[in-house]
Amino acid sequence: MAADLKFAKTHEWVRPEADGVLTVGVSSYAVEALTDLVFMQLPAVGRKVKAGESFGEIESVKAVSDLYAPVSGEIVEVNAALPGKLETLGKDPYGEGWVVRIKADNPAEMDGLLDRAAYDSLVGSQPH
Amino acid sequence: MVDFAGWRMPVQYASIVEEHLATRLAAGIFDVSHMGRLTIGGTAAVGWLESLLTRKVAGIDVGRVRYTLITSDAGGQPVVLDDALVSRDADAADGTERLALVVNASNRDRVVAWLTSCLPAAGVTFADRTLETAMIAVQGPLAIQIVGSLCTPADASRIAGLGNYRATSAVVAGHVAAVSRTGYTGEDGVELVVDAAAATPVWEAIHAAGAPLGLRACGLGARDTLRLEAGMPLYGHELREDSDPSAIGLDLAVNLEGRSFPGAGHYGGLRKHPAGRVRVGLTFDSKRSAREGDAVMQGNRQVGVVTSGSFAPTLGTAVAMAMVDRDVASPGTPVEGVIRDSRQPAVVTPLPFYQRDKRRA
Repeated sequence: MAADLKFAKTHEWVRPEADGVLTVGVSSYAVEALTDLVFMQLPAVGRKVKAGESFGEIESVKAVSDLYAPVSGEIVEVNAALPGKLETLGKDPYGEGWVVRIKADNPAEMDGLLDRAAYDSLVGSQPH
Repeated sequence: MVDFAGWRMPVQYASIVEEHLATRLAAGIFDVSHMGRLTIGGTAAVGWLESLLTRKVAGIDVGRVRYTLITSDAGGQPVVLDDALVSRDADAADGTERLALVVNASNRDRVVAWLTSCLPAAGVTFADRTLETAMIAVQGPLAIQIVGSLCTPADASRIAGLGNYRATSAVVAGHVAAVSRTGYTGEDGVELVVDAAAATPVWEAIHAAGAPLGLRACGLGARDTLRLEAGMPLYGHELREDSDPSAIGLDLAVNLEGRSFPGAGHYGGLRKHPAGRVRVGLTFDSKRSAREGDAVMQGNRQVGVVTSGSFAPTLGTAVAMAMVDRDVASPGTPVEGVIRDSRQPAVVTPLPFYQRDKRRA
């Protein structure tokens, strides 16, 4: 897994792109824990979100989960093909399975996120 | 793993959808040991249960299983305490009748307390055998074949010949089991009650025999989606303390003629004067379902509330059960489920959503 990813405790991952925009997705741990995905709701492009605010929903047979913004900013792009191809989330969660791109208000907010090792140790201690 | 009425249980072993489809197409094995298993014996046992259960117990034959409600009028107003299966086992050595109740895990304590409070001074023995025994459900078109492969030919043939809601005793994988042709999935199959010490070997033997044929271990998640497709009510969701059994479609579980179970007059009155919301199925035009507690709307008017809802793996779409006003209860009526901030179109659908092909052997 690419080492440049950061993770929120709520299981979203963040990758800074060359243009300064942040790509956000759902961790493979979360996708596996949810299983049987049936529905995903994406936000409108242009929507402003605050860190920790729900920007979308992902629904599995067993439960509905919110997707939370890892940082504050503006949604500048969404992966519109994803809700019709939810299996992509399981097959390529850190690539084709990206969810939204956010232009961060304050890129320093990234510092509050977990690195890969810290996230792994967080989910490693959680029961499935 | 989740806590379910004090039991640690898996929601899924791998995937709810895979477990669900395996049960429809081959077989599923379910650890349902959380269900309460109560035994009743003594010279007055039949008469005692006849006075307490909504379903007629007097005259029940050995090997018969009946779906019943357990009602109480302890608080003045009659309430539905639980739904249950009552069965008559083979007679005791002294010739007295023996019966058994299978009740919901979530209601076991209060059902035991209620029944205990109703015990006569003599003539009835009543025991909660839940912790001494285990219960394993094997469900699906191959269930009978798989269980039979672990029995003597005579026992296998007796199990294969059992009618629905009939029970017998057999030796399964070397262990004595009470075998009933019952289940909570809408499929053919059996439920086995064995001594707790036999639970693991019997489970492993069935799993080993069935896995090559497509049997899968199934958790609570698949149990819920299977019973939802089969239109079966779940206590605490479709069925509640203040439920009118007629409105939920459970008239067959409430025998009123000549009966005096707690609340018989009350439930008789409800049947004569239908009122209030009724249970219906809803089929959504998406994979996304309204869930328990979500409002059902028609235009600006709330016409009901969802009691259970999920993506239905066999149907490939979302379905729900709901209690709705009678004027929107006809099949084909368009309504909407309120899912968070959005509305999802649905149509009222007859229950069950799924019915197995009973011509299939």
